[in-house]
Amino acid sequence: MERTFFEWIGYILNHYGSRFLKGTAITLLISLLGTIIGFLIGLGLGSAKKLPRSSSKIKNFFLMILNGLITCYVEVFRGTPMMVQAIVIYFGMQEFMGINFSPTIAGIIIVSINTGAYMVEVVRGGIESVDPGQMEAAKSIGMSHGQAMIYVILPQTIKNILPATGNEFIINIKDTSVLNVISVTELFFVTKSIKGAIFRTYETFIVAALIYFVLTLTVTRLLKMLEKRMDGSKEFVHASSTMPILFLKKPGEKNGK
Amino acid sequence: MENNLIEIKNLKKSFGKINVLRGIDFSIKKGDVSCIIGPSGSGKSTFLRCINLLDYPTSGEIIYKGENVLKNNYNVDFYRSKVGMVFQQFNLFNNMNVLDNCTIGQVKVLKKDYNSAKENALKFLEKVQMSKFIEAKPSQLSGGQKQRVAIARALSMDSEILLFDEPTSALDPETVGEVLKVMKDLAQSGLTMIIVTHEMAFAKEVSNRIVFMDDGIICEQGKPEEILVNPKNERTKNFLFRFIVGESG
Ligand SMILES: Nc1ncnc2c1ncn2[C@@H]1O[C@H](COP(=O)(O)OP(=O)(O)O)[C@@H](O)[C@H]1O
Ligand SMILES: [Mg+2]
Repeated sequence: MERTFFEWIGYILNHYGSRFLKGTAITLLISLLGTIIGFLIGLGLGSAKKLPRSSSKIKNFFLMILNGLITCYVEVFRGTPMMVQAIVIYFGMQEFMGINFSPTIAGIIIVSINTGAYMVEVVRGGIESVDPGQMEAAKSIGMSHGQAMIYVILPQTIKNILPATGNEFIINIKDTSVLNVISVTELFFVTKSIKGAIFRTYETFIVAALIYFVLTLTVTRLLKMLEKRMDGSKEFVHASSTMPILFLKKPGEKNGK
Repeated sequence: MENNLIEIKNLKKSFGKINVLRGIDFSIKKGDVSCIIGPSGSGKSTFLRCINLLDYPTSGEIIYKGENVLKNNYNVDFYRSKVGMVFQQFNLFNNMNVLDNCTIGQVKVLKKDYNSAKENALKFLEKVQMSKFIEAKPSQLSGGQKQRVAIARALSMDSEILLFDEPTSALDPETVGEVLKVMKDLAQSGLTMIIVTHEMAFAKEVSNRIVFMDDGIICEQGKPEEILVNPKNERTKNFLFRFIVGESG
């Protein structure tokens, strides 16, 4: 009996729907965690690259070494394919360090390190795009460099780099597919094995394509909404209603809601 | 000597080969209001920035409470919290509303508890007539409003001295007055201030000392009536002459 295209799709969804869902969940989990951890790596190392030179020669020497190490990390991970990184890290850890992570954990580690390398440069650029006057104002009220970064510079940096981070997330959703080389049961791996079971390459991968597309589209939309919310409303409340009575209440004036 | 709040001795600053400040001696008494005038590029901003160490002097001494703040291991951050700065471009923290701009330093640097920080901030925001705007973000304020908040932010740190670098130069003409008024009130309340400005009438009215700077040195200083009406130094005369011609023409 020959099925039509749509019948095949229906058949696949019926019999393998839950496996597709599990694959999708793993893909989302790895790309989301990888993006978040990579973002944090980027924030840390990107800020480290912007540490001010100190008056002590020894400190400056260590700063130079630190900078060099960060640059090496960035260049190596941006200059090699993630598929190769996955194999080297996963099997390297097994062979030389005797560490046996599950493929999923290994996948999260690999995507995090890879994303981190890209985010370092994004964060550095984001910090540089904050008006230098902000740092000067923070210093002028006595904040240390660290306080100025945490309370003034990085919040503005994060807002600046949110679009780039979202982009990284979307790239990760698609690129986790290379993790099938270390047998992570993400969406691409699942699709391949379903294809192997029913010998319908075209229809199986159409389903995978649709799922990837819906994922990235949804994430794009969500990020747009988040960006809008971070821009905040254009209005502000005049403070008369929230001010302590001590300061504002004039005789005969009522306190607001 | 004893009642000098800050005493500056032979202060020099160079950027690479350029000597921007070439030996400045200057002392500030409590309650002094000094206005610094001088042509663009003469080193006025650099001088102010050296006083609160945003630019680190190349050599010289800055004595504050009997200690040279340029010596090794001096707590620079603490010193900066006592020497407030108001910038030409306001530099309010863009990620915070007006109230947070005025409390963050008190809480994080002075380690005050939030409620007393807030009370203190509201006191100064009231003083600059910005207490209605505590919820506003800097981007929602006019230039004059931003500058008044910036002044309140500096005051909230209970600074002993406030440095102003051309505080009205980036403002629309119609909002210059409101900022100058706030500064005048502060001067009359006894706050110690150093103001770089081109507002000669204002300088004459509020200051008890005018300092004329040119080419990295202080050429002449004295009471407003001496310097503005009867300058002795040729360069001061030229500058003021050009200034008056420029203003009327
Ligand atoms: N960070 C810097 N690097 C190099 N040169 C500088 C720097 N800051 C100021 N200068 C130079 O110092 C001189 C004095 O500048 P400034 O203090 O801003 O003068 P003013 O405020 O009187 O106009 C100018 O020639 C300026 O180019
Ligand atoms: Mg200047």
